[in-house]
Amino acid sequence: MKLLSLLVIVVTTLSINPIVKAEETAVTNVNPGGLATIRGAAPLEETREAERLKRVIKDKNPIARNYVHQPPVVPHQTRGYRVDKNSNKCLSCHSWKHAAETGATKISLTHFETRDGKTLSDVSPRRYFCSQCHVTQADAAPLVENTFEPVESLGNE
Amino acid sequence: MLKNMWTFLKSPSSAAMWFILAIGFAGGIIFWGGFNTALEVTNTEEFCIGCHEMQDNVYEEYRETIHYANRSGVRATCPDCHVPKKWTDKIVRKIAASKEVWGKLTGLIDTREEFVDHRRSMAEREWKRMKDNDSLECRNCHNFEYMDFSEQGNRSVKMHSDALASGEKTCIDCHKGIAHELPDMKGVENW
Ligand code: HEC
Ligand code: HEC
Ligand code: HEC
Ligand code: HEC
Repeated sequence: MKLLSLLVIVVTTLSINPIVKAEETAVTNVNPGGLATIRGAAPLEETREAERLKRVIKDKNPIARNYVHQPPVVPHQTRGYRVDKNSNKCLSCHSWKHAAETGATKISLTHFETRDGKTLSDVSPRRYFCSQCHVTQADAAPLVENTFEPVESLGNE
Repeated sequence: MLKNMWTFLKSPSSAAMWFILAIGFAGGIIFWGGFNTALEVTNTEEFCIGCHEMQDNVYEEYRETIHYANRSGVRATCPDCHVPKKWTDKIVRKIAASKEVWGKLTGLIDTREEFVDHRRSMAEREWKRMKDNDSLECRNCHNFEYMDFSEQGNRSVKMHSDALASGEKTCIDCHKGIAHELPDMKGVENW
């Protein structure tokens, strides 16, 4: 009996140990192998310091669109603007009802269409959450260089 | 008649009356001071959020807004926006607040759901109060005279130099939901 339990203990320790070891080596020896993302390389076991938050630009005039059907980007701050089932702060200026008074760009009529092309009498639920497509802009340099040219027809120089 | 009174006041028997008057006067001062001190205590954020109705709902929401934390570290606390500074108005608001104590005692708002259901009617009373006093509480801190338009954003300048400057609208007409989440805004003007 005693011998049996001893055997059990020996076997279990033997079988557990290698696994633990393997895990340790797995964690300590991770090396990005020269691969890096545009945010730089960081060994797995290290936590990189967070990027500094970018400042959102204060009010600006509308920013030209780059291609047809591009959702225009937001040229002003939107901190604290709630869009939920009770209220939609964006529409309190950009809706057809208010745009003339506030001077904001009106939402396009596509926002009244459902996904199967029916036109509703008010904003379609799929277009209600503005920031899904329209984002505020930060004063930040592009992360990757690119050669994109905006279309001329939209008033870009 | 006056002379009679004067001799009476000079007589020893009236010493007692003088004494009572003096006590009354001192007591008045102490009571007055105590009363105002009590008013002071009830005019702090700690007091307001002593009730879960306030702490779990409006306070939590307000903590994410500019009046709780901002670059300059100047804060607006609950009484800054909700309790008038002028003494007479303050007393009126305090008396009106007995309704809140009653609401507390009767468990008007026990849960978040009850609070949300109740929010529209409370918000409407606050909007009306601020509309009626031309957003006095906002103006205690934000003085239109000293707003530097060259420092404000385009949208702010447009709105402030137009509807606000002409007195056609007041702060609360445009800045609803500045410190808390909003109720269902259906039918509210400008929403
Ligand atoms: C005794 C607990 C309690 C305290 C302390 C308290 N409240 Fe309230 N408050 C309530 C309740 C309950 C209601 C809902 C009352 C109702 O609508 O009948 C309420 C409602 C309100 C309302 C809506 C008023 C309206 O006209 O409907 C405001 C604003 C408010 N409280 C602000 C404050 C401020 C500011 C303080 C601190 C000075 C404060 N409360 C302290 C319990 C409290
Ligand atoms: C106790 C003083 C005080 C009171 C009362 C007050 N505010 Fe403010 N308000 C401030 C401070 C401080 C700031 C932040 C300034 C900064 O650092 O940008 C601010 C910022 C703001 C902003 C700028 C928001 C943004 O995102 O840039 C608005 C809008 C505003 N307040 C409206 C109001 C309204 C409306 C009221 C009345 C309901 C009010 N305030 C009451 C002190 C106050
Ligand atoms: C006619 C509508 C209107 C009225 C009335 C109004 N505001 Fe504004 N206010 C705006 C708009 C629009 C903005 C810019 C958008 C935003 O911040 O959400 C703004 C922005 C602000 C800002 C931030 C300014 C900046 O650009 O940094 C403050 C502070 C402010 N308002 C305070 C007040 C105060 C205090 C009052 C009352 C004395 C008031 N507003 C009345 C519409 C209004
Ligand atoms: C910057 C000013 C400001 C500050 C600070 C502020 N409130 Fe309010 N509060 C308002 C306004 C304006 C309303 C009217 C409804 C709205 O527009 O959100 C309101 C509404 C309320 C209501 C009614 C329910 C609702 O959500 O509409 C309660 C209760 C309340 N406030 C309590 C508080 C308490 C408690 C604090 C402190 C933790 C506080 N408020 C801080 C401006 C303020």
